[in-house]
Amino acid sequence: MMSTNATQSLDARGMNCPLPILRTKKALTNLGTGETLAVISTDPGSVKDMQAFCKQTGNELISSSANQGEFEFLIRKS
Amino acid sequence: MGAVENILTNKLDQSQFDQWFDQRFESKMAEREAAHVPSLSIIATKGTLDWAYPPFILASTASALGWDVSIFFTFYGLELLKKNLNLEISPLGNPGMPMKMPFGPQWLREINWKVPNAVMAGVPGFEKVATRLMEQTVKNKGVATIEELRSACIEADVKLVACQMTVDLFGYSPDAFIPEIRGWIGAASFLPIAQQSDVSLFI
Repeated sequence: MMSTNATQSLDARGMNCPLPILRTKKALTNLGTGETLAVISTDPGSVKDMQAFCKQTGNELISSSANQGEFEFLIRKS
Repeated sequence: MGAVENILTNKLDQSQFDQWFDQRFESKMAEREAAHVPSLSIIATKGTLDWAYPPFILASTASALGWDVSIFFTFYGLELLKKNLNLEISPLGNPGMPMKMPFGPQWLREINWKVPNAVMAGVPGFEKVATRLMEQTVKNKGVATIEELRSACIEADVKLVACQMTVDLFGYSPDAFIPEIRGWIGAASFLPIAQQSDVSLFI
């Protein structure tokens, strides 16, 4: 499913707000600076939320893409 | 020669000084803003299943954003701190609440059942049924349960404080509540927390 070589991946499909963000935050705490997290979700609200989350927490949202009702994000921990 | 040296040697050039001050002020303010941890304080006053969501969703999300969060539970909000959550919803007197079936074919799920208040009030167990339907809907839609959101808040170090007066008023036993409560306080203790918060909400 994930097309990336992220350090870790998180499957947030089927979860609704705010669970994708909460799980993303939790997953990031286990990563070191510069490591990457790939997240996949089905909640359409997670697209804007993930942008806002990354902006506020200072982590880098490397990519965000939509594909047949699924959303993929790649985040680099700062 | 720099503005500061000019000041020290009494050769104060007003425009030079203004320029220096503006730059210094801006960089100091930016430094301050970067170091500032945003904070949220919520007053949770409702004890029904539907109203349990806003405080816990906002608090858990704010903590995920790195904010410092406190929730003051008062009156019926204390129900949200019980060890055994037994939260219900009441569609009675709440005309904004859609009543939809969480099972069956799509056409059936899409019907919004307009049940008159008089009927809701007259049918025994109506609220139990409405509560079960909402719980099923929450499950179907992948929305977190209140237990999950509360655990997420506790894990993320959200400060849960409870109103001492309410416990006395309603005759609650302290044993009924989760041990993670940070303190039993009054309005005089919570208001200074709210005063220091960037965002303060009454729910």
